[in-house]
Amino acid sequence: MRYANHIAVAAIAASLGTAAWAGEIRVQCYSDGNECEVTAELAKRFEAQNSDVKVAIDKVPYKAVLEQLPVQLAAGEGPDIARVTDLGGLSKYYLDITPYIKDPKYWEANFGRTLPWMRSSPSDKGIYGMMTQLTVTGPYVNKTLFEQANVPLPGPKATWDEWADATRKVAKATQVPFAIAFDRSGHRFSGPAISMGAKFFDAKGELVIDDGYKAMAKKLYDWNKDGTMPKEVWGGTGGSTYRDAFEEFANARVVMYLSGSWQIKRMDTQIGKKFDWVAVPNPCGPAACTGIPGGAAFVALKRTKNPKDVGRFLDFLASEPVYTEYMARTENIPAHEGVAKKGVDYKISPQSRAALSTFVAEVPKLSPVAYQIQGYKLNRAIFNPTAARLGQAIVGEITLDDALKRISADIDEQVKAAAK
Amino acid sequence: MRLAHAALDVVDVPMRALQRLVGVPRIGWLFVAPNLLILGLFTFLPIAIDFAFAFTGGVELYPSKRPYVGGENFATLFECTDYLDPSTCRKDLFWRSIFNTAKFAVIQVGLMVVFSLVTALVLNRRVIGRGFFRGVFFYPVLLSPVVVALVWKWVLQREGVLNAFLTGAGQSPIGWLTDASWAFFWCVFVSIWAHMGFYTLILLAGLQAIPSDLYEAAEMDSASPRRRFVRITLPLLMPTLIVVLVLGLIRAVQVFDEVFVLTGGGPGSATMFIVQFIYQTGFAESIRLYGLAAAASLVLAATLLVLTIAQLRLTRRSLDNRPATRDG
Repeated sequence: MRYANHIAVAAIAASLGTAAWAGEIRVQCYSDGNECEVTAELAKRFEAQNSDVKVAIDKVPYKAVLEQLPVQLAAGEGPDIARVTDLGGLSKYYLDITPYIKDPKYWEANFGRTLPWMRSSPSDKGIYGMMTQLTVTGPYVNKTLFEQANVPLPGPKATWDEWADATRKVAKATQVPFAIAFDRSGHRFSGPAISMGAKFFDAKGELVIDDGYKAMAKKLYDWNKDGTMPKEVWGGTGGSTYRDAFEEFANARVVMYLSGSWQIKRMDTQIGKKFDWVAVPNPCGPAACTGIPGGAAFVALKRTKNPKDVGRFLDFLASEPVYTEYMARTENIPAHEGVAKKGVDYKISPQSRAALSTFVAEVPKLSPVAYQIQGYKLNRAIFNPTAARLGQAIVGEITLDDALKRISADIDEQVKAAAK
Repeated sequence: MRLAHAALDVVDVPMRALQRLVGVPRIGWLFVAPNLLILGLFTFLPIAIDFAFAFTGGVELYPSKRPYVGGENFATLFECTDYLDPSTCRKDLFWRSIFNTAKFAVIQVGLMVVFSLVTALVLNRRVIGRGFFRGVFFYPVLLSPVVVALVWKWVLQREGVLNAFLTGAGQSPIGWLTDASWAFFWCVFVSIWAHMGFYTLILLAGLQAIPSDLYEAAEMDSASPRRRFVRITLPLLMPTLIVVLVLGLIRAVQVFDEVFVLTGGGPGSATMFIVQFIYQTGFAESIRLYGLAAAASLVLAATLLVLTIAQLRLTRRSLDNRPATRDG
């Protein structure tokens, strides 16, 4: 039976996997903007300095990272390094690069805040990779529409209800079909939910659907029912499928769009000067005015046959000058403390620069709950059912109460399965 | 001739040696061994692994690391207060996908057989540009299902071609893929559009196999076109029709790629079919419930087995009952 298992898993893996040769490391990369292209250029520079190592960058769609990479890793296959966003969920496949990097203290000093996101437990002190970007969720607003409607932009302490009222007025005055859109994602939903008082964990530390979460779920549901939000974003697709609302915003079909800092480059290149877009601080609820942090990381993977080369390459990327260049060219918020303190000279438009400043200013305001849920390795056990079940409620397939009960049941089932 | 004999002699020597080695009764096994090996590796082994997954739990991929849970996965799937109301079931999405698949199979296959038959009847006549039209109807079959879905998505999305026509005509745009009823309708429509050509071709071959002298004789007897269709075409085409019906049914139960790209199973779960449920449960979620997905896939396999047996029986019965086409 054991042989049969090995043969079967090898057969699955052979169809998915890419093997690296000795002295070659394969990096699986997806791009939000130009991350893979910049990584490829930096890799060439690394190769010039380390002639015994070859770095192959395999650019893949984000969906492949979400759906295929975990299967590859479970089968003992896959790349040597991967750019991932499910930081805690894949932690059992990570390689501790502490023995292969020059100065672990440098990593602790500069990436100390985000290293725990990649660790399997609080007692785990390993170094598994580095964040290629720190992201913060937050809203973008079509300022041109506000000006046309002669409605003032709500202030930095405005609540979600005040924003909803203002954007509805703008939508009505400018005949834009919808006031607000959220990306269809449990992660995006979490920031406003925390603002409404969601704690996500009970006293025992177990995931829970609490009153704050329910309050935001009710708001999202009502806004979809009364036409404040476009139903096709959360209701238009099935399961926990991710769908962003960027196209709605770019086509001026919504006044306000909740997404995150990683969209700045896309805003700049695809909207440009068609209308004035601005990032605004996260609206408030009774508990906070917060978004949620996140981001992607290059992680070293256990299955590698070249751990030393993997360590060397990650060390190279994490070095201050290289990391600074990487941030400047990819227009991302640095997770490197030293680089963040010195600042990055972004060669970007004034609109993008303003948006980036807004998001950077959001970082110190993030609620501790936001860090806690982001750092929890099974956070997708709540994120995924949020999108799937609220989507069902929005299209009228089930009631909101049923959706909330189903989310609780889905969480229990997944957490129990993960513990087996 | 001499060359053929020489070739046979070349084969003869090792064959005799093999016969001596394994014995005459076992030589047949040697011939089928390569095929058996491939079939075993790529068909029987995955089936065995599927069974192993269905009776184990947890999130590990290696069957040896997965705890045995007996029939727990099946019990989870079938835990319902009222089987006709998916919202009373523990795995409501499984039952919603079952009902959606059944509805889709009945409507899509029914309509497709009718449209394919009508198209085949038209293309069997001497119409101008017959070859061209045969090509036109068959062309979508050559396209990848993903391409088909993306083309139609471009037509049907909110900012798509169809809504552009509507708004151009002063009408409000319609959420073709975001309204549950419309989304289901378009799934059926696109699926028929994509596969009709294949079934039309099979039916056309069946029509051309009917001897023309039967029609000539019926014409001499002044039989009306309707009577000729009912009395000659339909009975003689029945075995082909049954093949088309069952193949279409099996294909409909397995539907996934086009619909997944077109609607993602939405809105809500209005177009989520059984294969998508299996895929989502086993591969698309962060915490992958392989056991549950494997159990659902065995339920699907059992359904397909029943359909296949039904096809074999119906085909056999239909062949037995087929009227003789010639005297004697």
